[in-house]
Amino acid sequence: MARLRLIICECCDAVYARRDLAPGQTAHCRRCGAELYRNRRVDLDAMLAIALGGLIVLVIANAYPVLIMELGGTRADVTLWDAILATFDAGVGPVAVLAALSLFVLPLTQILLFLYVLLPLRVGAVPAGFVPVMHAIRHLRPWSMVEVFLVGVLVSAVKLAAESQLTPGVGLWGFAALTILLTLLTLFDLQALWDLAAERAAQEAAA
Amino acid sequence: MSVVVTARELGLLRCHACGAIYRLPSQDDCCHCRRCGVRLHLRKYNALTRAWALLIAAAMLYLPANLIPIMKTSTLLEQRSDTILSGVVALWQQGSPEIAVIVFVASIVVPLAKIAVLALLLVTAQRRSAWRQAERARLYRFIEFIGYWSMLDVFVVALLVGLVHFRGLAEVQPGGGAVAFAAVVVLTMLASKSFDPRLIWDSEPSRQGRQPS
Repeated sequence: MARLRLIICECCDAVYARRDLAPGQTAHCRRCGAELYRNRRVDLDAMLAIALGGLIVLVIANAYPVLIMELGGTRADVTLWDAILATFDAGVGPVAVLAALSLFVLPLTQILLFLYVLLPLRVGAVPAGFVPVMHAIRHLRPWSMVEVFLVGVLVSAVKLAAESQLTPGVGLWGFAALTILLTLLTLFDLQALWDLAAERAAQEAAA
Repeated sequence: MSVVVTARELGLLRCHACGAIYRLPSQDDCCHCRRCGVRLHLRKYNALTRAWALLIAAAMLYLPANLIPIMKTSTLLEQRSDTILSGVVALWQQGSPEIAVIVFVASIVVPLAKIAVLALLLVTAQRRSAWRQAERARLYRFIEFIGYWSMLDVFVVALLVGLVHFRGLAEVQPGGGAVAFAAVVVLTMLASKSFDPRLIWDSEPSRQGRQPS
């Protein structure tokens, strides 16, 4: 099947013959410069480790305050959920919903769906519902904005620093770690997972 | 550029969801991907119309997003409402120019640049222009990459509202501008997703029917 050795640029439709890359290498389109593919070896263990780690720090990031503030002898702290609920109560529901989705619901769903796909693939099976789950992951990807929130915490801290005493909370470190792990998670090559699942399915059919 | 052969010229088609490659059927846009089930298409369906609609909606909301306050602060000493721009000015005067620059870029430069770049890409793609295609392709990927950073101010408002509620001493209330601004960011993100970057290259004279060398 010579056809399988081709790669078509997503961004400009140029066709290339696929070549094997060394680990860490990336192939780029000669015409438009877009990334074509990375080294094809799929490291399921590394992906699983990142997804599991992501789940743990996501819980920490959401359960603990990100900022602690002292003003006139009183203390207040804020978790992500305090911020979301306060925004909702203050009458700007759309902002609260957007924050809840892009900072909690979508990153969490993405991690859980990855685990759902990766765990069975690790033991050599293709999970039920692989196709819709992979489509869901593809659609969720651009909408998690944890890294923007992290910078938002910094900006808020600077805005308040003049009037009050501020300390970073455990949740802030959680968000920092989550940002790194989610970035690694978005580097995963979904197409390689599709190909891997197709191989596994073919093996199962042959057995 | 003469070495580049496109999938369309070879009669091939790539599934946009899973990357599987197919031989083009006799009619365009007819089939579903055997592997992942999505409807296959050579170019995104109605890309220009959809992107224009979303972009115009975003541009219209851009005005209220910048004119209506995004938050109201009340302390013992003062009451003030801030729009996005006055928030940046306040940060600058407060003595944090670095942070003011970050917020200025994320909240003012990025959305404006994104609207302008998308309009440019749409106009040139519509005219099948061959002008600076590689640069236009790079611009597209750049705005795809930076677009969501504009959400910065929206998250800052949510955080301050959640944190600053010292009864009588200090309180922060969100303003309607934050909703309009969030809508601008989401709409421009959807607009750039609807655009098909392959349209940038479709101006090249079709070599259909000729054998690739």
